[in-house]
Amino acid sequence: MNNRTFYNEVLTEHNLHPAHKHELEDANMTCEGLNPSCGDDIWVHLDVDDNGIIQKGAFEGDGCAISQASADMMFDLIIGKTKAEALRLADLFLKMIKEGHLSDEEMEELEEAASLQDIAHMPARVKCAVLGWHTLKEMLTGEADQANPQPVSTEDK
Amino acid sequence: MGQSTIDVKAVRKEFPVLNQSDLAYLDNSATVQKPQRVLDAVTHYYQTENANPFRGLYDLSVAATDAYENARQKVADFIHAPKKQDIIFTRNASESLNLVAYSMGRYLKIGKGDEILVSIAEHHSNMLPWRMLAEQTGATVRYLNCHKDGSLTVDDLKAAMTPNTRIVAVAEISNVLGRAWPIADFAKVCHEQGAVIVVDGAQSVPHTKIDVTAMDCDFFAFSGHKMYAPMGIGVLYGKSEWLNKMPPFMTGGETIDIVTTDRIVWAEVPHRFEAGTVNVGGAVGLAEAIDFMEDLGLDQIEARELELTTYAMERLKAIPHVHIIGADEPENHHGILAFSIDGVHPHDITTILSENKIAVRAGHHCAEPLHHYLGVPSTTRASLSFYNTREEIDRLADAVGQIRKEMGYDE
Repeated sequence: MNNRTFYNEVLTEHNLHPAHKHELEDANMTCEGLNPSCGDDIWVHLDVDDNGIIQKGAFEGDGCAISQASADMMFDLIIGKTKAEALRLADLFLKMIKEGHLSDEEMEELEEAASLQDIAHMPARVKCAVLGWHTLKEMLTGEADQANPQPVSTEDK
Repeated sequence: MGQSTIDVKAVRKEFPVLNQSDLAYLDNSATVQKPQRVLDAVTHYYQTENANPFRGLYDLSVAATDAYENARQKVADFIHAPKKQDIIFTRNASESLNLVAYSMGRYLKIGKGDEILVSIAEHHSNMLPWRMLAEQTGATVRYLNCHKDGSLTVDDLKAAMTPNTRIVAVAEISNVLGRAWPIADFAKVCHEQGAVIVVDGAQSVPHTKIDVTAMDCDFFAFSGHKMYAPMGIGVLYGKSEWLNKMPPFMTGGETIDIVTTDRIVWAEVPHRFEAGTVNVGGAVGLAEAIDFMEDLGLDQIEARELELTTYAMERLKAIPHVHIIGADEPENHHGILAFSIDGVHPHDITTILSENKIAVRAGHHCAEPLHHYLGVPSTTRASLSFYNTREEIDRLADAVGQIRKEMGYDE
């Protein structure tokens, strides 16, 4: 057996025991994200208050360990932040996966999600890692219209 | 079937990719590796005989034409087609099946009220062309469900056919279940009821002997790249009673006898169906691949692959939480083992296997409706060729046995 696996304990723990995978009755923003190449399907729910602060957040759906753990790490990070801060973190995460590296300060900001950095070198799994983040970003930038919700696809961009 | 006498160590030496690393290549249903002699045959053609076939009146063009037409004869003999004109070269099985759907659909004047019966286990290649045809003509596609063990019987077919069934589209061997269906018996039923049968042979040609005449199918499609030939060459066999009447699929150079501004006379079969400059190098490679398989012996290939399948199933079945899709018996798998592991997504399984230098495929294997029907979102598929080894299967089984632990489960 190979003893250097990508599937470390942080990742498997988030996958097997996700803290944020549940329904969210108070959600005032909801969006579905699809990864057609894997069949992964995620629902991102946010409860955002009048000041634009994400009070609660959760996700539901099915997918591989990478997509599930990545989404769970994302909610650890964005709950309690403003929409603008959450969007900036999503951009940082997407940049890390796209470019393969961030500055030390930026990596620190991403906390546990920074552990997914190596996905940048696993082209077949990039879409799994970004599914939750991509869905969040589309939702927060308003491209996912809340009045007329359409699923967000990792194939769009 | 006796024990295989194939000298695996020796035969593996003929495959450059198998010798460049310690990758256990177990994705043979997607495509197989190519032996050096096939690569050499293609190179030799381009080095010594390359010209545009059919057109030139000089020796080199005649040589290219001969190379291409000899390959056609070789394919006809290999699958026991009555004559070489029944063989149409295409890019792959997908193109072959699209050709049948388009040209036969038009010849039969498929329309409203007509039904096309497609097995639920079909690869998208033998499903979407029929769905397109139905969408364009107002016909209806109906589905022929197999059993959970992958079996499909003549009675199942009879029960699903109606007086309106005009085309039946089935694989000889499903690329997920690995089970061979009784095509000759199906063909008899189809013909008794006035329907034509279109067979996807992409997964059967690499593993079994093919006799389209005995099978009595109307059409039979397969790809070269799954049977040790290069990518980009495929075959459609069709009964000449149909091919001679069907309109072309794609049109262009070589598809015509006469073109004036107000008149077209289509060329004879098979040229009517081979528009534009053809893939002579690919056809030459396919002919060499056929020689390669016949030199090994199709019985030997079958015996060897059954031994490997039997061993792989033994090892995988002994691992808790692992479930093989389809039949229990190795002889009903033809080296194709799609499986799931409780609680672990196939993409994670495949990534972990890749970390262990084992190449398998994850997903729905271009048979998404079958996965919905079986109630599994996707599977991991290990698929074997005669050149695989017991040691590679051991590596697969050892790695599979560790996956749940790696993913954080206690057992």
